[in-house]
Amino acid sequence: MIELVSAERCIACDKCVKVCPTNVFDRGPDGVPLLSRQEDCQTCFQCEANCPVDALFVAPVTHPLPDDRTVRDERHLDRTGLLGSYRRHIGWGRGRTPGSLRAVGPRLPAPGGRPPAPPITS
Amino acid sequence: MTTLDLTTDVLVVGGGPAATWAALKAAGAGADVVLADKGYCGTSGATASAGTGVWYVPPEPAAREAAMASREALGGHLADRRWMARVLDQTYESVNELADEARYPFPTGPDGRPLRNGLQGPEYMRRMRMRVRRAGVRVLDHSPVGELLADTSGAVAGATGYRRQARQPYRVRAGAVVLATGGCAFLSGALGCNVNTGDGALFAAEAGAELSGMEFSNAYAIAPEHTSVTKTAFYTFATFFHEDGTVLEGAASQGGRSVIARALLEEKVYCRLDRADAAARAAMRLAQPNFFLTFDRLGIDPFAQRFAITLIAEGTVRGTGGIRLTGDDCATTVPGLYAAGDAATRELICGGFTGGGSHNAAWAISSGGWAGQAAARHARSLSGGARTRRTVPLGGAGLRPTGTPGPADGFREVVAAVQDEVLPYRKNYLRHGDGLAASLRALDDTWRRLRATLYAGDGDAVRARQAAAMVAHARWMYTAALARTETRGMAKRLDFPAQDPGQHHRVVTSGLDRVWTRPEPLTTAPREVA
Repeated sequence: MIELVSAERCIACDKCVKVCPTNVFDRGPDGVPLLSRQEDCQTCFQCEANCPVDALFVAPVTHPLPDDRTVRDERHLDRTGLLGSYRRHIGWGRGRTPGSLRAVGPRLPAPGGRPPAPPITS
Repeated sequence: MTTLDLTTDVLVVGGGPAATWAALKAAGAGADVVLADKGYCGTSGATASAGTGVWYVPPEPAAREAAMASREALGGHLADRRWMARVLDQTYESVNELADEARYPFPTGPDGRPLRNGLQGPEYMRRMRMRVRRAGVRVLDHSPVGELLADTSGAVAGATGYRRQARQPYRVRAGAVVLATGGCAFLSGALGCNVNTGDGALFAAEAGAELSGMEFSNAYAIAPEHTSVTKTAFYTFATFFHEDGTVLEGAASQGGRSVIARALLEEKVYCRLDRADAAARAAMRLAQPNFFLTFDRLGIDPFAQRFAITLIAEGTVRGTGGIRLTGDDCATTVPGLYAAGDAATRELICGGFTGGGSHNAAWAISSGGWAGQAAARHARSLSGGARTRRTVPLGGAGLRPTGTPGPADGFREVVAAVQDEVLPYRKNYLRHGDGLAASLRALDDTWRRLRATLYAGDGDAVRARQAAAMVAHARWMYTAALARTETRGMAKRLDFPAQDPGQHHRVVTSGLDRVWTRPEPLTTAPREVA
C-alpha cells in the first residue's frame, strides 16, 4: 500500500493523480498529492513506476502500516536502494534501457516430456 | 455540473488490452471512437500491473498442433479448434504488429531470434495508450460507465457514467458498444484486479445478453501472505512446507494447488523457491522484476528463506467464464453490443481450464480487434438517425432501487456479504453442492435487499454498481456450478468427482432477479461473418 509521498522530491506534476487506476490521490493545496483514499490502494506499484522523481513508495503489504516508520523514512528507503527501485528495474527514466529488452527468464520445466517452452519473458 | 454529451460510432468500455485493441481496430476501420475507462487507460487492469505471457506460436503446423492440443483435456474438451486456430493466427499477426509498428522492445533469445511470447505490463500498456491516442480515439479516464442505453428496439445505443476526477456526469451516444471491462476478482486484492469487478457482465445482463462458462470461476493464485503480487509461474521452482517445517506433500503450483488450499484451512503454509539454480535465479529477476518487489521490500531471500504464502481469489479473471458470444465477430445476443477480453467467455479457446496468462492475453488481442472492427461495421450500417435516436437507460441494481434508498455507504455491507461467499477456499475452491446451495441462498437474499435499497450518488455511484455487479457475478457462478453435476476442467465438485460424458456441453446462464441456466450443445457451430 502507498505509504510515502515525499514533499521534498515531488515536482507537482500530477502524474500519480492521473495514473492511479483506483483514484487514490487528490491534488493537495500546495500541489503535492494527498492520499485521500489510501484504503483503495491495490498495491499495484503503478504510481511508483510513473513518478519521474521517485517521490513515492509503495510498501509491499496490502494493509496500512501506521506503526512502521521505515516505510515512510525517505532517507532509509533511499539508502537501501528501495526508493525508485521498481522504475529502475523496468528501465523507465532518461538514459535507461527498457527492462523488457533484457527480459529473458528461465525455461520452466515442461511436464510430460513435452519440448521445453521458450524462456519466460514477463 | 452540466453533462458532458458525446456522440460517436463506437464506445469501448474498459481500458486494458482488449479495450485498447478494440478501440485501435475500430478506429482503423474508419470509426469515430470513444474509450471510457473506470481507472486510467494504460495502468488499469490485471495486465498493466502483472504483465503476461502471450499464446504466440509461429505458423508451423507441428507447433500449432501442439499448442492447440496442450490444454484440450485439461479444459474438459469444451474448447473449439476453429476458434483456437483463428486466435493463434490473429495473435501472431497482432504481436508482430506490436513489434514492427508500435516498436515494443521485445528481448532477444539465446538463439539470437526475438522472443515474442511475453509482454511486460507497464511497457505494453503505456504503448497501447499511445497507439489509441495517436489513432484519434477520445479517451475518458477515471470515467466509470454507470449503465448502458438502448434504443426503442432494444439495441444498445450508448452509455452514461460519471467522471470521478472532473466531477461531471457524461453521456455517450454510440452506434455500437464494446464491453471490455475484464473479469471479476471480487476486490480480493489480486495484482491490478481491484478494477475488475464484473461491471460489464452486469451491463450486458441488464441489456438481455447471456453468459457462458460461469462455473469456471474458482481460480486462486499464490502470493506471499499479506501482499498483492499474484504471479505464479516461478512457484514451479518451489517447495511447500507445513508450519512445523516438514514438506507439504503433493503441494505444487500446478496440479497441487488444492493441497495448499486444504492446508491453509488448518495452518500456515510456507514456501521456498529452492529448485531454481543460480542461472535461473538471475534470469528470473530480468523476466519478472515485479515478482521480486515484495521480497526485496520485505527483506526476504525467497531462494534461501521460507516465507508464508496465501491463495488469492481471481474469480473470472483467471477463470474462463464471461459474456456469451454468438459469432466470429464477438457479437452478443443483443444488437449493437459486443464483448472482448476477460469480460467475454474464453471457453472457445480454453474450455473449462484457466485462461490465465498467455491464453487470456491472446484472447484479449484477438477478440478485442474483432469486436472493434465489427462494432465499427455495425455503426456504419445504421442510418444517420442513429445519432439522434431516442434512448432508454438500462441500469437497475445499485442505481435505481425499487424501494427506499438505504445509506450512501450501503455498498460496504454488500461487498462484505459477497466476499464472504466467494473468497473462502472452503466455499469456492473446494466446492460441494451443499455449500454452493447455501451460498446461493445467502447471495439471493443479498441481491433482494440490495435491489430494494442500494444506492450511492455521483462519485460513489460506481461503488454501488460494483457491489451489485459482484453479487450478480457470484450468483451466476454458483448457479452454473450447481447445474454442472460433475467435475470438468477447473469446475471441480467434491460431491461429483468424476467427469460425466453426458454433460459434455457448455452451461449458459443469465438473469438478474431470477437467474437461470441452460445447457448449450457443442454441435452448434458459431455463425460465420458475412
